[in-house]
Amino acid sequence: MEKRATEMAVGAFVALGLAALVMLALQVSGLAAIGTPSGYQVSAYFNNIGGLRERAPVKAGGVTVGRVTAIDYDQRSYTARVTLTIDGNYDAFPRDTVASIHTSGLLGEQFVSFEPGGDVDYLGEGDTIEFTESAIVLERLIGQFMFQQGRD
Amino acid sequence: MTNMLAALGRFVLGGLTRLGRATGFGGVLLRRVGTAFTRFRLTLDQLFAIGVRTFLIVVVAGIFVGMVLALQGYYTLVNFGAENSLGVLVALSLVRELGPVVAALLFAGRAGSALTAEIGLMKSGEQLAALEMMAVDPYRRILAPRFVAGFISLPLLAALFSAVGVYGAWLVGVQMLGLDAGAFWGQMQDSVDFHADVLNGLIKAVVFGAVVTWIALFEGHDCTPTAAGISRATTRTVVNGSLAVLGLDFLLTALMFGG
Repeated sequence: MEKRATEMAVGAFVALGLAALVMLALQVSGLAAIGTPSGYQVSAYFNNIGGLRERAPVKAGGVTVGRVTAIDYDQRSYTARVTLTIDGNYDAFPRDTVASIHTSGLLGEQFVSFEPGGDVDYLGEGDTIEFTESAIVLERLIGQFMFQQGRD
Repeated sequence: MTNMLAALGRFVLGGLTRLGRATGFGGVLLRRVGTAFTRFRLTLDQLFAIGVRTFLIVVVAGIFVGMVLALQGYYTLVNFGAENSLGVLVALSLVRELGPVVAALLFAGRAGSALTAEIGLMKSGEQLAALEMMAVDPYRRILAPRFVAGFISLPLLAALFSAVGVYGAWLVGVQMLGLDAGAFWGQMQDSVDFHADVLNGLIKAVVFGAVVTWIALFEGHDCTPTAAGISRATTRTVVNGSLAVLGLDFLLTALMFGG
């Protein structure tokens, strides 16, 4: 009987440990939400992406609709090409949707924000978003502000 | 003057000799560790003695560390209006550092000392010698199961510590201080990476588990078989084990997050 009790206790211990690991993977690191993002890919060109990183969320109206899957630099247009993978459930973004890079809070993470336009055609696999707004670089903004102050 | 030089030399040579003996001991242990798997029953009993019995202290410590981290982090972050990043702060500190390290320190104190005392007493009671007389290899029968049990237990304990700590922080941050639960979990999930943070933390815990158990077993096996000798060996286990964990943590952190 005592053997059985030991086995039960060890089993419970290992199960709890593994459950904690799964919890860390899913709840803390959000592995489930990322996984292998399925959906369609669109690309967007930005003059400046600021501190945007891969796997940053793409949000429309504050709701996460996709993720940034790749960032590279396009040497012909001298702009940053950001590849976005949009969840297949959200397949009705107009073609003239505006993609802009926002910061959550003052010091938070940067994310891509979608502002839907009014086009009748929808974005699909491989499309390029034409209208983009670059990240707001705080230092540049402060610089401009001070420059203007000095002129007045 | 010559006496001092001789004392220094003796100290260094003594230290090196011990290190050499510990390495030799570890080598023999690793070569005979297979028994711990072929006779898993023995390992199971040790998992109970080492893992299950350390469970409670690790969980309780995890809750309180998480709660304190949340409280202190909140008071600093709120000055910058960045209190929504509390989840990130707590989760990253726990998963990367505090989970593996504090769990390993508790493990060295709770399980390591017990291991050393047990092995030391076996040695002073000549039980190990008696086993050898019966052609039972004490490395296989006694040491290997304990080593494997420690090796398995600590990563699980560290994961438990981190998970419970995150919930402790949630309790303080979201329930007590009224942070937004969505921001707490969402920012945490955005910033914590499974491979870079959770897996590296786990690798740390695996290394700590092996090292602490190895030190504990070696000290027990190498102790002077007297009451005072066992007492000294137990102390050395906790001191050396804790120091090894902290030193290795710096090394591993530099390797994992430095590059």
